[in-house]
Amino acid sequence: MTQAEWQSTTTPTTEGAIPGQRKWQDYFTFNTDHKVIGIQYLVTSFIFYMIGGALATAIRTELATPESDLVSPELYNNLLTVHGTVMIFLWIIPAGSGLANYLIPLMVGARDMAFPKMNALAFWMVPPAGLALIGSFFLEAPQAGWTSYPPLSLMTGKVGEGIWIFTLLVLGTSSILGAINFFVTILRMRVPSMGINDMPLFCWSMLAASALILIGTPVLAGALILLAFDLLAGTAFFNPTGGGDPIVYQHMFWFYSHPAVYIMILPLFGAISDILPVHARKPIFGYRAIAYSSLAISFLGLIVWAHHMFTSGTPAWLRMFFMITTMVIAVPTGIKVFGWLATIWGGKIQLNSAMLFAMGFISMFVIGGISGVMVAAVPFDIHVHDTYFIVAHLHYVLFGGSVFGIYSAIYHWFPKMTGRMMNEPLGIVHFVLTFIGMNLTFMPMHELGLLGMNRRIALYDPKFATLNLVCTIGTYILAVSTLPFLANAGWSWISGKKAGNNPWRALTFEWMTTSPPAIENFEQLPVLTSGPYDYGLSKRNPQMEPEESRSNVEAPPGFIPPEEARAGSPEP
Amino acid sequence: MQGSTIDPAKTALNYHHETEAAAHHEEHPDHRLFGLLVFLGAESMIFAGLFLAYLTFRVVAPVWPPEGTPERELLVPGINTLILISSSFVIHQADVAVKKNNVNGLRTWFLATAVMGAIFLAGQVYEYNNLEFGLKTNLYASTFYVLTGFHGLHVFLGLCLILAVLWRSRNKEHYSGEHHFGVEAAELYWHFVDVIWIVLFFLLYIL
Repeated sequence: MTQAEWQSTTTPTTEGAIPGQRKWQDYFTFNTDHKVIGIQYLVTSFIFYMIGGALATAIRTELATPESDLVSPELYNNLLTVHGTVMIFLWIIPAGSGLANYLIPLMVGARDMAFPKMNALAFWMVPPAGLALIGSFFLEAPQAGWTSYPPLSLMTGKVGEGIWIFTLLVLGTSSILGAINFFVTILRMRVPSMGINDMPLFCWSMLAASALILIGTPVLAGALILLAFDLLAGTAFFNPTGGGDPIVYQHMFWFYSHPAVYIMILPLFGAISDILPVHARKPIFGYRAIAYSSLAISFLGLIVWAHHMFTSGTPAWLRMFFMITTMVIAVPTGIKVFGWLATIWGGKIQLNSAMLFAMGFISMFVIGGISGVMVAAVPFDIHVHDTYFIVAHLHYVLFGGSVFGIYSAIYHWFPKMTGRMMNEPLGIVHFVLTFIGMNLTFMPMHELGLLGMNRRIALYDPKFATLNLVCTIGTYILAVSTLPFLANAGWSWISGKKAGNNPWRALTFEWMTTSPPAIENFEQLPVLTSGPYDYGLSKRNPQMEPEESRSNVEAPPGFIPPEEARAGSPEP
Repeated sequence: MQGSTIDPAKTALNYHHETEAAAHHEEHPDHRLFGLLVFLGAESMIFAGLFLAYLTFRVVAPVWPPEGTPERELLVPGINTLILISSSFVIHQADVAVKKNNVNGLRTWFLATAVMGAIFLAGQVYEYNNLEFGLKTNLYASTFYVLTGFHGLHVFLGLCLILAVLWRSRNKEHYSGEHHFGVEAAELYWHFVDVIWIVLFFLLYIL
């Protein structure tokens, strides 16, 4: 099948000034086009990623030696706080919003988001908030960590903490406005031929992530309002000396910030579920299981927050409850992982950059997920709480998971966003460097944590020096690994190979329009003629290549090929 | 994707519908009401968070309200509550009126609601001025001011919405039996503010 065979994309793209394309100026101004906003989000968040990465490099350089010789302990605290805040609130969450903005309307066959102006407003809250946080270095940077627990956060400087609270309130509002848009667009704006069980899995996972944003973020806002009163008006909500209770802040904070982990990973779960079948040329294994497990993760994600507080004096019965719910959440996550493995099993895998990062995502995320189950156990957590074991765990989930996922998504959808292919050899260099750098940086941290090295400290016992040096070298590799990506993205955007409408021969709607899509996305709204992942299924996918339907795995005894299994079961 | 089929008849029908719609550059369907409901759902989570924080402070404290908290006067907040609850019924009459294309009725009822909302806010300011404790007196006083103040801010926003509808309705054509999202939005927001107040009143004054 060639792209020309797609009915809905009859108009060819012409060279030069393409009619129906945005001017370059539109990308720097208030624009309501979801594709412009998507790219604005992605580029802005990537800039913040590089800033956060620079902060991380400074932190690791300081930690290369046990003495505090590069930066003062106060500056170390500033670096640590801003690094965490930037990476979570200005990189991974907005990058997910960027992908969602770009992809959701295209995937469901809509011409834009439900509320385009609100969408643009949500984006334009991000740069000022981010600049305020980065700019705080020139005034007084926050230094109470990204969790900002009182009473510590009430004692480390009003200006820095005030800026931190302001940044988070603005970014939270932006996140809520974005989530309303995703939620309404997914539920209400699908083309009439697309039932909810015909949606691409990315939409399912964004539905679950949006629900979490809508339920969790307001509670964080409530906590921040009370914290701001404590800080600026002298009340004592969280200040034990005035009769307040700091534990209440921890509960409110983690009621958002644990779901935030799923807000950061669910969009990428969805992206991976869309990327794997395309490059393995096989239907996704267990569409409904993967779709509904997103909802299950979303629900369970709301009732596990106090596992961050096992050492905060949480009563034993409550610790038991949160330990069990936390372990249960591994079940829907495991369903997804096995679904992905079954999808690529026996697939005709094309090992391109998108697929490498997708497979890197699965393997790295599983390591982070398993250490997650370990720290969910109260007896174990009490020993590793606030050690580098936790740092290792969270970076395997957020770097090995989310960041690998974002890279995979960029390699996969770059041709759609820009109309040009990315350079494959450079992409592979990028992957290899990132993979090595990430494991070299974060794997030794498990060991450091088990040996008892505390997190969030500038000075440490000399006996940890060797492993720390290894981590620091890994960080430098990671820093360098960004260069081939930047060169690749920049060069390909300007003069990469023309991609055509559907370079991956994918079946979802975003590939059924021009690359990049015209202003209102579709010349003519597409009609669903096959499921989103019907690769190699001739009955449902008229454009199937016979090569794809052949299995290249020896069937184990008793194995029924999916095609036959489906034929045997009555369809609803 | 597994386990679902696409009905060819339905698809063909939709395709036909689609081509026609595209030709006329289809009018965008209205999702604003649904969007507003989702927003109010999120908004209610802020209050839920603050209410639960208040209840936790209350449960954890050995004595509640902390010793030395002066008695509260129930008369003004009681009257205020009655005014706010009845204003929900008043604003609903505006909705009934506009659905019958009666823009004058809409204006009358919205004006009445706006007056009631303003009286509520004035009552709250009066109460603040006559309380014997300040924001920093103790934990009870702090939660009292922050919760009622945050709610008062929402009443003020609701009042602004009502006044905006009144301003727009000077043009008699602006709202009609078919097109009155602004009226519905202001009304819905007002009901939301009202419901929050009922919970708040129960938690802070009765419990």
